[in-house]
Amino acid sequence: MLELRDVVATYGAVRALDGVSLSVTDGAITAVLGANGAGKTTLLRTVNGLVRPASGSIKYAGRDLVAAPVEQVVTFGLAHVPEGRGVITELTVEENLRLGGLWRGNRKESADSLGTVYEMFPPLADRRTQPADTLSGGERQMLAIGRALMSRPTLLLLDEPSLGLAPRVTAQIMATLRRLSREQGMTVVLVEQNARSALSVADVAVVLNLGRIVAQGNADELAADEKLRHAYLGF
Amino acid sequence: MSGLAAMGRRWLRLPTLVRHLVVALVGLGVLLAISEALSEYRNTQLAEIAYTVCAVAGLTLLTGLSGQISLGNGAFMFVGAYTVALLLKHHPFGGITGYQSNWWLVPVLILAVLVAAAVGGLVGVAAARLRGPYLAGITLALAIGLPSLPKYQHLQSQLGGHAGIPISAPAPPGSIDYFRWQAWICLIAMVITLFLLANLASSRVGRAFKAVRDDEISASLAGLPVARIQILAFVVSAAAAGLAGGLFGLISLDAGPDSFPLSLSLGLLAAAVFGGLGSLPGAVYGAILITLLPQWATDLSHQVSLSSKIVNNLPLLVYGAALMLAMLAVPFGLQGLLRRGWHQVRDWRRRDGLAPG
Amino acid sequence: MNFLNDVIYGAANGVIYAAFALALVLIWRSTRIVNFSQGGMLMFTTFIGWELVQRHGVNYWVGLAVAIIAGLLLGAIVERLLVRPVENGPPLNAVIVTLGLLLVLQAVAGMIWGNGLSSYAPRFSLNYYHVGHRVILFSPDYLFIVIAVLVVLVALFVLFQLSPLGLRMRASAFNPEVARLLGVRVGRMLTLGWALAAGVGALAGVLIAGTAPNYMNPNGFDELLILGFTAAVIGGLDSPVGAVVGGVIVGVALQVLDDYVSNDIDPFFIFALLLVILMIRPNGIFARRTVRRV
Repeated sequence: MLELRDVVATYGAVRALDGVSLSVTDGAITAVLGANGAGKTTLLRTVNGLVRPASGSIKYAGRDLVAAPVEQVVTFGLAHVPEGRGVITELTVEENLRLGGLWRGNRKESADSLGTVYEMFPPLADRRTQPADTLSGGERQMLAIGRALMSRPTLLLLDEPSLGLAPRVTAQIMATLRRLSREQGMTVVLVEQNARSALSVADVAVVLNLGRIVAQGNADELAADEKLRHAYLGF
Repeated sequence: MSGLAAMGRRWLRLPTLVRHLVVALVGLGVLLAISEALSEYRNTQLAEIAYTVCAVAGLTLLTGLSGQISLGNGAFMFVGAYTVALLLKHHPFGGITGYQSNWWLVPVLILAVLVAAAVGGLVGVAAARLRGPYLAGITLALAIGLPSLPKYQHLQSQLGGHAGIPISAPAPPGSIDYFRWQAWICLIAMVITLFLLANLASSRVGRAFKAVRDDEISASLAGLPVARIQILAFVVSAAAAGLAGGLFGLISLDAGPDSFPLSLSLGLLAAAVFGGLGSLPGAVYGAILITLLPQWATDLSHQVSLSSKIVNNLPLLVYGAALMLAMLAVPFGLQGLLRRGWHQVRDWRRRDGLAPG
Repeated sequence: MNFLNDVIYGAANGVIYAAFALALVLIWRSTRIVNFSQGGMLMFTTFIGWELVQRHGVNYWVGLAVAIIAGLLLGAIVERLLVRPVENGPPLNAVIVTLGLLLVLQAVAGMIWGNGLSSYAPRFSLNYYHVGHRVILFSPDYLFIVIAVLVVLVALFVLFQLSPLGLRMRASAFNPEVARLLGVRVGRMLTLGWALAAGVGALAGVLIAGTAPNYMNPNGFDELLILGFTAAVIGGLDSPVGAVVGGVIVGVALQVLDDYVSNDIDPFFIFALLLVILMIRPNGIFARRTVRRV
């Protein structure tokens, strides 16, 4: 279980996270929603170690994430799908994917995972030797997710996967996430500005505003709460 | 205390131009008085410091204000020195043998400045298209390449080949000591240079330099002609270096291809960086440092008997260490340290209620 | 025949510039810094080899090996102590730090070995080959240099394109943050990149020092820095193969200029060459995409 307790993160005088406590249920999809600047991305960055919280604790499966170096977090079973251009455009599709499995240092497992990813995202298999900068936005997002899966994670963190994608592509991505959760029991934390599509797949949701959690609960209930939708979710 | 503060406020209300003029005139007076009190040898050092200040001030404006690095300003000094040498060779003003009047110095040095500025403009056109390491690389090549030109076989008769061209010294008017007169020429040139550069830096042009340095894209969006501003910065910097080179020629009495090695250009950069990039007072400290350093090294060797290998390389070691230290430990240079120290003192005084807020 | 010899001789020299350019390219790839101290670093490690071989009668190959190991260590130390603090700052700071290091290395070398000229004996003969009665401006030692540089190039290709370590190094250079999230120890990769570059540089230094008498001098490699930089720029600073092609282009161009115009002013020709190249393509002739400015 991923557990955040009283996490405060600051950029200079700005408190991007102002005492966030959150328990993420194993095997479920948790959507983190909120407007631009609500602290959603900062939340993910404190979990994977790119931002060090000023105070508070973050634990995953009993391990202290606050003390762990960024490079080590992947070995705890966390995989991060960064926002937008998180693929390394100078490398080929396959190099990007191989990079994701490198830390295991096991060629056999790596080859197996590669096969699984290509099965899941056939367009990537067609373009395995092409540089990633030739991919479309949707393909890049597939590549970023595929690369994260190469590390065989138990917890997948995604930062705005729908950003800049056509609705149809977004729907595909969301369906993939649901499959990962249902079929493989993967825990998914999905940061999204696009609340409607995130709530369509999420089991639970958390709404952030100005660095604080203003609502949390079952995704269906939050989606039904009209006042909340108007105030924070924009639909 | 409050009388002083009131005077200070009135001083700050004066137009910048007037303030700079007052500082320049007072400074020149003080410097000439100092020169009067110094020995022949010290006066030569003063002259060296003065022309080095010109070159460093030009460079600090270029790199600090407009954000363009140059590892090749020694090449503009080369241009200045050779311009003076060639002018005197072909037109020895001399009918004025004995050099009764020294006024010929003015057009000769102005021409040195103009020719160097023109070369600087050409380099600047190329530089305006280049960034970061590419700009550093091309100016480095300039520093090594340009001073090798006199060795070209078909130019040897004009440019003197390896031996260079001798320059005849300006004879002092009246009973002024020879070395003191040299120092005076350089000091006057230095004060004029600093005065002009200080006004340029605080003018609209100076602000345009900074805008281009800070963010080229917003500067061009704001309607500033970025490339032209960058070229202008090179022209100004080359002009100052050309003057320095001309003075250097007058003091060292010749212009030779080996007088402008890469280490000269890098020494200028070291001085500008150590004094604090973009700061004219910093250029003065930096120039003093790199001029006196070789001297200190020699003095040291007399006290502690060091081998000549060590002594000869000591200045280079200090330049290099200064460059690295300045970037790693004191990123704003000496002037930055002083300024921070001054702010600290002022804050303390404010907190203690000693100075009016 | 004369022109053919120009090309052969120029290309052979160009391979030397290429070896230097390779070291620059490796560092640019890993840290987006042009290492202006490269000439100083390889001068220093070459002096270490020279000290062993010429002064203490040590075997040529042992001297070469020690120089390369010294290069690897020097590169790693320089990256850790001097480059790391300025790596993410403005590019100007990194340029100034490497220039400072150049001066310090030259000063220290001068203090230890003096500023005179000395020779580093080449391993193989510098006598030209003959074909019939014709002289070919190519010698066994240059053949050795060409082979050594090609071997380095192939080794680098295998390392970067085919090995997991190379993939990690490339990922660290292109996108350090993403690389870290994927478990790559980016800091180590950057140190390794500098060490590798300095090792290649050290090899280049020993090879070059043998090609002419009196090469050994604290300033002896200054001109080479500009030549190597020009070669690397032609290749777009990013590509090892481009660096080698660039080196050969520079070598041949310089030789032709020497032969048909004048051999007095090589430094000026190099400046002119670099200027022309940068004016045609400000980011290098073979550069595919514009270079990111940090």
